[in-house]
Amino acid sequence: MKIVKVYGPGCKRCDKTEDMIKDAASRLGIEIDVVKVTDAKSIAMAGVLSTPGISVDGKLVHAGGLPNSEKIDIWLSA
Amino acid sequence: MTTETHEPHSPGRLPDWAWYAGVPVAAVVWWLLYNQLIPFSEWMTSLFPVARDSHTGAAIAFFIYDVPKVLLLLTGIVFVTGVLRSWFSPEKTRAILAGKRQIWGYPLAAALGVLTPFCSCSSVPLFIGFVSAGIPLGVTFSFLIAGPMVGPVGLGLLYGLVGWQIATIYLVFGFTIATVAGVVLGRMGLERHLQDWVRELNAGPVDDLSAERLTLVDRLRIGVEQVREIVGKVWIWVLIGIGIGAVIHGYVPETMMLQIMGGEAWWSVPAAVVVGVPMYTNAAGVIPIVEALLGKGAALGTTLAFMMSVIALSLPEMIILKQVLTYRLIAIFLAVVAAGILATGFLFNFLL
Repeated sequence: MKIVKVYGPGCKRCDKTEDMIKDAASRLGIEIDVVKVTDAKSIAMAGVLSTPGISVDGKLVHAGGLPNSEKIDIWLSA
Repeated sequence: MTTETHEPHSPGRLPDWAWYAGVPVAAVVWWLLYNQLIPFSEWMTSLFPVARDSHTGAAIAFFIYDVPKVLLLLTGIVFVTGVLRSWFSPEKTRAILAGKRQIWGYPLAAALGVLTPFCSCSSVPLFIGFVSAGIPLGVTFSFLIAGPMVGPVGLGLLYGLVGWQIATIYLVFGFTIATVAGVVLGRMGLERHLQDWVRELNAGPVDDLSAERLTLVDRLRIGVEQVREIVGKVWIWVLIGIGIGAVIHGYVPETMMLQIMGGEAWWSVPAAVVVGVPMYTNAAGVIPIVEALLGKGAALGTTLAFMMSVIALSLPEMIILKQVLTYRLIAIFLAVVAAGILATGFLFNFLL
């Protein structure tokens, strides 16, 4: 079970990012738990300056803008 | 214009050659369309059963000419900016600014504010991230003021709709205000007016994301995504702005404009700022109004003050910043930037 955190104040792009991750996980058959982090303080503490940010099992993999779907596959399978 | 229903990643499946061929073709089509705007708008206007030189005719012609023009310009600017900005990120900017405590930090922050991609929804984490990394508050403010104030969309539209002279003046003064306001705010030692928890915060080092290498096609794709997102979001403001511009262009008599926004009326500059701050729109929506105001003889200083306060000082942004700043700091911030805008307005009304 991988813990994936999506950092963002709740903008449209953050929701879309979450959907993309869930889609990728179910397509690849990887079990994940998606946690949304919306509080500005926690976002900043995680080192995310531009949202949406993504971390997988505590490691930050992306910040700013919609992620590339091929890269999501790589992050989730790693 | 809801692009949401489309498959969002269809460009991802295009082969690279399609991008290398498609972008130049799109640029040529863009150029051809842009050069047909006047004949097109005159032809469209002639279809309406009103005289071309009547008030209504003038308003309709303005609207029909400006809508495709602004949308074309917006698409072009957002695409080019999106591609160029893919070389910058708030993380890189923070690393560059973290070491700069000297006076050069301010203009550098202002310049990076223009080049770094960030949306207002992430301005709070960005603010915290900067301050907690030891970037002085004043430098952070220079960055945050310059971003919206001298954004490429505003400058590009000003260039396309009003002319290069005004666009250059706006660039120079917008940049100066961002720099000087940052210096003034920095000198005031305002760190104590941050919300308590921000001061105590010490964000950890940022993970290195440089592994996210982008190819040229990735960057072009970012440009297209930006166009979808931004044009999809602001087109309604563009239509409203051009609508207001068209009414001003068609119906407001020049004598009235000279009384309200002429250079003689000294109070018009502060009035323009007071009207501009609560107005919530964006650069794309306000520039058509500016075009119409200047066309009717409004003084340049007053118009610049109006435009700057609409774009750079917005109430929603203040409310977002309330999470990290105290009311006192927000008030000082507003006062300093407003003073810079007023000075610019008075200067140009005095000079011209």
